[in-house]
Amino acid sequence: MRRSAAAILGILGGALVGAAFLRRQGAQRDRADLYYEDGSMLSLTNGSPGAERLLPLAREVIRKSRT
Amino acid sequence: MLPAMNAQQALADLTEISSQIQAAVVFDEKGKVAGSTLADPGRAGGLARAAAELLAAADQVKPGETALTQLEVATAEGSVFVVRDGKNRIAATTGSNPTVGLVFYDLKSTLRNVKPAPTKRPPTAGRKKTATAAKKQTAARKPPARKKPDAS
Repeated sequence: MRRSAAAILGILGGALVGAAFLRRQGAQRDRADLYYEDGSMLSLTNGSPGAERLLPLAREVIRKSRT
Repeated sequence: MLPAMNAQQALADLTEISSQIQAAVVFDEKGKVAGSTLADPGRAGGLARAAAELLAAADQVKPGETALTQLEVATAEGSVFVVRDGKNRIAATTGSNPTVGLVFYDLKSTLRNVKPAPTKRPPTAGRKKTATAAKKQTAARKPPARKKPDAS
């Protein structure tokens, strides 16, 4: 009885940790990379002011390309 | 203006060589579509407008310092690429985790292929140069004519 309860708790805990990890990975994947004429590059990660403006516009582009 | 047939052909070649690209559109600085992988012109126009809006917003991130030539925005749904070369732009969408360098290379190659061949400006510039060269030649011929009497 105790073993099965521990196994269930272990599975649930693992699932929660896995879900949190995947969510974090997904959030980190959202980014905008801008390349300039002089060779410089600016990478805006999710949460930065520039990315917050560009990411919804990019999602709109993807939506329009698929619908 | 962009030759529409060339753009369409270049995009057909692009989708043939790059399996990562799901949709692409070539447009100019005014948003006029020159070619698209989308069959519906309305959808192609909407995609071009949305991409132009994205490019304009990206221009505002670092304004006035140096020109933005290309961008990639990666989201969980997929990635958006925009490349600008002079007046021409190409926008493309891919799935998640594309090979960024390869997609940029293919888009730049496509944009280079749809570039209109130089037709009007160079001949005009050439005429001016010819006229200038003719004047220089005339001027160059004069000194020997002066020297002849001196020599004799």
